[in-house]
Amino acid sequence: MHKTLVVIPAYDEADSLPSVLKELREQVPASDVLVVSDGSTDATASIARSAGARVVELPINLGVGGALRVAFRDAVRDGRYERLVQIDADGQHEPLVTGQLLDRIDAGADLVIGSRFAAGGAVTYDVSAFRRCGMRILGWLVRALTGQQFTDTTSGFRAFSRPMVDFFARSYPSEYMGDTVEALVNACNAGFRVEEVAVNMRGRDAGAPSTRGFRLFYYYVRLVVVLIASAGRRPRTTR
Amino acid sequence: MSWQAQLVLVLTAFVTMLFVLRLVRRRELRAKYSLLWLVTGAAFFVLALIPGLLDWVADRLGVGYAPAILFGIAIVFLLLVLVHLSWELTRLEDRTRALAEDLALMRSDADRDDV
Repeated sequence: MHKTLVVIPAYDEADSLPSVLKELREQVPASDVLVVSDGSTDATASIARSAGARVVELPINLGVGGALRVAFRDAVRDGRYERLVQIDADGQHEPLVTGQLLDRIDAGADLVIGSRFAAGGAVTYDVSAFRRCGMRILGWLVRALTGQQFTDTTSGFRAFSRPMVDFFARSYPSEYMGDTVEALVNACNAGFRVEEVAVNMRGRDAGAPSTRGFRLFYYYVRLVVVLIASAGRRPRTTR
Repeated sequence: MSWQAQLVLVLTAFVTMLFVLRLVRRRELRAKYSLLWLVTGAAFFVLALIPGLLDWVADRLGVGYAPAILFGIAIVFLLLVLVHLSWELTRLEDRTRALAEDLALMRSDADRDDV
């Protein structure tokens, strides 16, 4: 039996967290759940604790990348987990699909990405035209940098093998959007097997997207420039 | 401008750009600063390569002394960078303080448990 750690990075998600935790308990009963409260100012941590999840509370907000770094290091330190799953706290991802991601890990993949846009995947909410366009450009860029085609490079629904967790515990990018796209490129370039699985994503239960408009545009431009500037670089591992 | 002077300028700009690029590639500059310095380095390089560009802009703006534009832009730019850095520093100090508070409270908890 492979032991699985389900990681939920959460920043002020007290409203949506209970239903996600409940679904996880029903759909993935054999796994341990770790909620990383990323400097939340609401009841995120206490709600997660009372729902039976293990909680790591960051004293300051580090972003999704920072929260995941903590989770990777926790998993490495613990040493029992063969697989790790990252899932959003806002209810966008269906815990039901976690099994499909984990099946690919068991079949030898190191990083499995749940894609909204792969054939068979579906989005039951509106993705803005702007966001769609940005995602397409990132898709091209990632193909140019890795030689592999991905349809949803910014998805935050992912599964990791143990070697992948060990690698990321030492090198996970912590800046906004770097945590998804850059991590993907680094994994490919370091020779890990990266795959995509079509998933259905729902609208969020509560809260609003973290970034939009001009800021989102700036982040896209920044990411594209940094990725191009770093092309061919061998990922450096740091603490 | 003599060709020797221009050669020195172009080389300086080129080395600056390579240095920034190296920092970005080695992740010794966070992404949020890298865009700023990559663009600055590129602008420096272009100006060194085409010295006539500055004269042309000065002519269009009706500025008699072309280098004044360069100095003007540079001063405003550097001031803005300084304000941004002060802002980042304030944020960092706040975060360090929060960390210190958390650590102190945890130590106090640990002491109490020891007794």
